Amino acid sequence: MPTEKNSPERIRIIAYILIAGFAIILVRLWQLQILQGSELRKISESNRLRVIGVPAPRGIIYDRNGIALVKNVPYFCASLIPAEFKSDNLAPLSKLLDLTEEELEDKIEKAEQSPFTPTRLKEGLSLKEVSYIEARRSDFPGLIIEIEVNRGYLFGSTGSHLVGYLGKMSPKQAKAAEFRDVPSDAFVGQWGVEKLFDRTLRGTAGQRVIEVDALGREIRLLMEKPPVKGEDLSLSIDIALQSEAEKAFEGRTGALVALKPYTGEILGYISSPSFDPNKFAKGIASGEWDLLSKDKNLPMLNRAIQSQYPPGSTFKIIMAIAGLAEGVITDSSRVECRGGISYGKWHFGCWRKGGHGSVSLHRALVESCDVYFYDVGKRLGIDKIHEYALKFGLGKETGITLGPEKKGLIPSIKWKMEAKKAQWFLGETFVNSIGQGYVSTTPVQMAVMMSSVANGGNVYRPTILKGSPPKLVMSAGVSPETMEKVKDALKGVVNEPGGTGWVAKSNVTTIGGKTGTAQVVGIRKDSKLLSEKFRDHAWFVAFAPVDKPEVAMSVLVEHGGHGGSAAAPIAKKAIEAYMLPIEKKRELARVQN
Amino acid sequence: MFKIDRRLIQNFDWLTFVTVIVISVIGIMTVFSATRQPGEAVQSPLFIKQAIWLAIGLLGLMAFVSFDYIWLSRISVPAYVAGLILLLMVLVSGKTGMGAQRWLSLGPVAFQPSEFFKLIFIIMLSQYLSLLRSEVGILQLLRIFLVIVFLPFILLVKQPDLGTSIVVLIIFFSMLLTKGLQRKAVVLVVIICIVSMPFLGNIMWTGLKDYQKNRLIAFIDPEVDPSGIGYHINQSKVAIGSGELLGKGFLKGTQGPFRFLPERHTDFIFAVFAEEWGFAGSFVLLILYLLLILRGLDTVRKAKDEFGMMLAAGITFMFSVYFFVNVGMTLGIMPVVGIPLPFMSYGGTALLSNFISAGVLINIRTRRFTLFY
Repeated sequence: MPTEKNSPERIRIIAYILIAGFAIILVRLWQLQILQGSELRKISESNRLRVIGVPAPRGIIYDRNGIALVKNVPYFCASLIPAEFKSDNLAPLSKLLDLTEEELEDKIEKAEQSPFTPTRLKEGLSLKEVSYIEARRSDFPGLIIEIEVNRGYLFGSTGSHLVGYLGKMSPKQAKAAEFRDVPSDAFVGQWGVEKLFDRTLRGTAGQRVIEVDALGREIRLLMEKPPVKGEDLSLSIDIALQSEAEKAFEGRTGALVALKPYTGEILGYISSPSFDPNKFAKGIASGEWDLLSKDKNLPMLNRAIQSQYPPGSTFKIIMAIAGLAEGVITDSSRVECRGGISYGKWHFGCWRKGGHGSVSLHRALVESCDVYFYDVGKRLGIDKIHEYALKFGLGKETGITLGPEKKGLIPSIKWKMEAKKAQWFLGETFVNSIGQGYVSTTPVQMAVMMSSVANGGNVYRPTILKGSPPKLVMSAGVSPETMEKVKDALKGVVNEPGGTGWVAKSNVTTIGGKTGTAQVVGIRKDSKLLSEKFRDHAWFVAFAPVDKPEVAMSVLVEHGGHGGSAAAPIAKKAIEAYMLPIEKKRELARVQN
Repeated sequence: MFKIDRRLIQNFDWLTFVTVIVISVIGIMTVFSATRQPGEAVQSPLFIKQAIWLAIGLLGLMAFVSFDYIWLSRISVPAYVAGLILLLMVLVSGKTGMGAQRWLSLGPVAFQPSEFFKLIFIIMLSQYLSLLRSEVGILQLLRIFLVIVFLPFILLVKQPDLGTSIVVLIIFFSMLLTKGLQRKAVVLVVIICIVSMPFLGNIMWTGLKDYQKNRLIAFIDPEVDPSGIGYHINQSKVAIGSGELLGKGFLKGTQGPFRFLPERHTDFIFAVFAEEWGFAGSFVLLILYLLLILRGLDTVRKAKDEFGMMLAAGITFMFSVYFFVNVGMTLGIMPVVGIPLPFMSYGGTALLSNFISAGVLINIRTRRFTLFY
């Protein structure tokens, strides 16, 4: 054995030392539990300590130019420490707080199991109520005013679908792991960025342990753990673009998504009509919630990601790129438009009944000739169309994180076999070539498509934080010459005589774009005769400046009629607002607040 | 093969095995009691998590019993280097908890490398000491200190993980004592300690974070109470004392659930236990720990080789130091350094590393007879 002779001896000594250590602990336990036991038991029972939570200020949300979108506001609550409550105070307390005695009794009874933790009696007090209660507080032992951190939304309903709102935790949320450290009464993000980044914005609540006298008045501070403020967030959105565009919507339903073409940062995000998050912040009254949730205009629907619309003529951008890239057309090949073509017993019309005459690709895009693109569709076949639409981000989620996103639909032969158990007809190719029929897209997909066309074919995932690293989803791999030809035509749509998007022509910058009119009902009639709900949806996708794009967007106005007249002006205003110098934007923000 | 298996089962150290499981089950019950939320429908799931960690811990224990512990001496150097790298990674990229960086994220799990480092440190030190023929001389002492102890100590102080760094030092000295020191070396250690005390103290003090300074002040005089730093200790003493002889009864304690007692399910779990089970219960718990530690010392005596001896000693000292510092702190006779009570405090990494350590102890005892080749 390598062990030395004296080792066991040493181990025995160590054992004695350890046993002595145990003896010391035992003596100390005896001292505390037996000798001082009854005294310490008394202290523990009549504990005069109160643990008061101190809410953490929430991080402030800024736009990309450092303009604050929210502020923290105090939210006052009257609370009671059940252990200190005297039951003969019930009637006067109910009068003070304007609650019925039954309500009050019920609340106190529920809280009695944790007698030293304050329980909420009434929330959302006004300053007047607070001072009224504070003045009479000494008559009601155990009654305290607690302060919670709540939000004021500086731009009201502007950007509300994006910024979101705060609310109390639902019972389900209270059980979730992510809210474990959150006091059950606290406000947490329930929508938009407030919800998405709740953890970051939330901070960590602090604690004050105070000793109180028999009347519950604070004698001294025993321990203080200051709250840690949540982190501020700088969003990628531009509040000037956002608010000018929302104004331009004039209350019509629809959506707008604006992106930075080379990064995917979201510059603007509208789902109209929106809601006023300040109403939620006040703890929305149930009647008001009903009003919001039953409103036939669906203000709580996140249209930008959850509504799907046929893209109409905006889809011709994809058709043009696919046609050129696949070599089925060239920029000089021409088609004769006589106002429609016949196929079998069917007639497919052009929107201009008289026809466009002989058109090249450029004019076909500028004037949005349907017949030209029926021909392109016939040459490509639906599967090629499907392939190119997917290359530019349509037909699948964009990966935006603002909520559950719809996928849209880009049909293919395989899809029809599986979904409809039927064969594909050439006639259907015609219809889908001009963005009608099965094909459907969400506004955010159209923005991604426009943005990738503007940047030469790269699809980025839309991101919401300023300066977040670009997330390239894929590259379409279409030659720069092709992209330039199509972009030049899109410039013509706005800037050339006869262009369908002429309304968007701007003196501030060169805008390129494409109009679209998505049919709501199958047969086209004169829009003036139709009641509004049968009117077509208006699309406009745009980017600017044409030679070095800084912003790309999609605008959709539900039942707006023609894209050129209803949606294009909104895009123009949004783009012009984005081009304003920063000082000007700050000034606009000051005026609005 | 079969012969060895039979011997393993015959010689298995059931006492250590059962003791750590009993203490851990008591721990889970106490975590449940400490984190329960009176009057609320939703209960804290921490005790379930701890139970899952207990199951993982048992697997870890079995794994570390299954092979001959001699293997540990062979991997000691690479394991030590890997451990140091992990500690460095914590400094560079760790998560912050309570003003200190101790956590590393591994996908969804966060863990504290310092918990595992203690065991790796003990293995390394055992390997080194077991290779020495005689008692430790001055030069060897310096070499061990510079090569094995100094770097991790600095890394741990930097985190700052005051508790673990002190524990590492204490384990180092007690393992030296077990091995034996030459008289000259003892004199040198004592002289160096006395001379460097003011310097070290000064460096330590300025290097401490405010909360650590406060803890030391509070230990010296809890009643001084500048901004309530003696609060922890006072509340812990009230909790323990109010247990009296037989305790308030399971789930009847008030100090923990009403949140008067901070860190109630981690560092101060002994106070919650003593409040509910009283002097009688605490006595039983002390006996369990005493059993574990004395059994460990007996394993030191019985180990078949020097490496096993040093390893068993290191692990037993580690359990002892943790136990005494933690319980001493809740009783107000030791300063509040944030170290957990082994097998009882809430914390997955710590429980797993303690079970693995217990597995190594069992391994050494089970293979105490030299095998025939």
